[in-house]
Amino acid sequence: MKFLVCISNVPDTTTKITFTPDNKEFNKAGVQFVINPWDEYALTRAIELKEAAGSGTVTVLNVGEADTEPNIRKALAIGADDAIRVNAHPQDAYFVAEQIAAIAKEGAYDVILMGKESIDYNGFQVHGMVGEMLGIPTVAPAMKLDMSGNTATLEREIEGGKEIVSVNTPFVASCQQPMCEPRIPNMRGIMTARTKPLKVVAAVGEPARTQVSEFALPPKKQGVKLIDAANAGELIKLLRNEAKVI
Amino acid sequence: MSVLVVVECDKGEVKKSSLEVATYGAKVAAQLGTTATAIAVGEATEANLAKLGEQGIAKVLYDAEPRLKDFVNNAYTKLIATAAEQEGAKVIVLANSNIGAAVGSRLSVRLKASLATNVVDLPKTDGGSFTVKRGAFSGKAFADVTLSGDRKIIAVKKNSLEAQHEAGKTAEVSSFSAQLSDADFADAPKQVVMQDQAGGVLLPEAERVVSGGRGMKGPENWHLIEDLAKALGAATACSKPVSDVDWRPHHEHVGQTGITVSPNLYIACGISGAIQHLAGVNSSKVIVVINKDPEAPFFKAADYGIVGDVFEVLPKLTAAVKELG
Repeated sequence: MKFLVCISNVPDTTTKITFTPDNKEFNKAGVQFVINPWDEYALTRAIELKEAAGSGTVTVLNVGEADTEPNIRKALAIGADDAIRVNAHPQDAYFVAEQIAAIAKEGAYDVILMGKESIDYNGFQVHGMVGEMLGIPTVAPAMKLDMSGNTATLEREIEGGKEIVSVNTPFVASCQQPMCEPRIPNMRGIMTARTKPLKVVAAVGEPARTQVSEFALPPKKQGVKLIDAANAGELIKLLRNEAKVI
Repeated sequence: MSVLVVVECDKGEVKKSSLEVATYGAKVAAQLGTTATAIAVGEATEANLAKLGEQGIAKVLYDAEPRLKDFVNNAYTKLIATAAEQEGAKVIVLANSNIGAAVGSRLSVRLKASLATNVVDLPKTDGGSFTVKRGAFSGKAFADVTLSGDRKIIAVKKNSLEAQHEAGKTAEVSSFSAQLSDADFADAPKQVVMQDQAGGVLLPEAERVVSGGRGMKGPENWHLIEDLAKALGAATACSKPVSDVDWRPHHEHVGQTGITVSPNLYIACGISGAIQHLAGVNSSKVIVVINKDPEAPFFKAADYGIVGDVFEVLPKLTAAVKELG
């Protein structure tokens, strides 16, 4: 079984978001970048399934410039076998999906996994675009993934419940909790990651279809109105008569 | 040219988020000088679909194929793509739900359309450009995104605009068939398992949410959260540490790596307000924080606050709600 795990390079979850003075770009100064937390479920589950089968390969794929390589190496340290970096700025979901589809096709991957969405762009689009480009099923968002031969059984989250879906390879799944406990690299992994192959390729396909013209931060709150705990019922009156939300 | 709105139905009813989507679609149609047609998916009744006229929908297409009752990615995609071609739709509007994301992303490739998800406001369409505001950085920011090309797909975030109700207006309901074959249902679910909805309110659709954190001290104390939620007609939610230790199921986890909610009222009980949690809730209209630590960072993001012990405060709030009647 050949697994392709797509990872994106995102600001750490604790990052305070700021933009360049013209509000056109995210201000990267002093920001720590990590593997997108949702993608960690995809990576760990691919490694677990490969280990359980006793054969197969896990390739990680990132669309990004050279500054994403530390996180690609981290994915190799966690247990992926090799990596591919498409040397391009990830302009939008469509552009990224084109890169993934091209590589998935060329490498004839059986299972293409990624996180539900990236925590910076929050598009939740790439999975379906890749599936459609390749003409294969997509299961999104997947909470559970088991493989038996070429058949996968997945739990797909729907509003208010879940669907049990089974698909044959090749397929795409976008992953979320509680699929697995994401792994962290151990010392041996970190040592071996240095010599694992990381191939850099050029981007293909059509240009992006969307463009960010401006970023903005949410409006600041006016300040909290405190109610005395002894008189907590007063809050309910305020919610009805002042805020008018109940 | 027209605007096509994808309306999700469940047990015969149009989902609340889809009433918002229908309103959004009708407003975009008015902006572009055209009409809005809806395509219904899921289990619907003709009477409820006709009522989409109240949201400004002129016509509703409905395929009564029974296998479309549950979500099937390929079949839904083909159904909506066929309707879009028939109607000559230039703009397709759907909910930013799990269904909307699964279908919208496939449709964008099939129909060669540009796609924006998580959209929070009506488009700006001056001078032939098409720009929408969408949530980014997991609720920590917004981005204005310009969509290029002849066709656009927009997934509207829940509770971003209020559904309009023009009483008495009805939409024409027409039966519609996309000539779906067995192959289109190859990825149909084997089984659908719904959660036990004891409280009756689903978190992603909820207008009011009562949420608990580690300050609740254990799952055995959750009845305090549930009692207040029940009195308010609210859904229950929790912070990440709570779902990580399995006090509550993960689908209740609100935050950057859980679900993002934007209810009218969010009541946080015993949650300190880590930046990852705030990201998931800061588009809520009114935030109430109850915490015994006056230094809890959540108070900075709150509209109302009570510094006090949740175990004493929550029963008082529940009683006060019941008194209101």
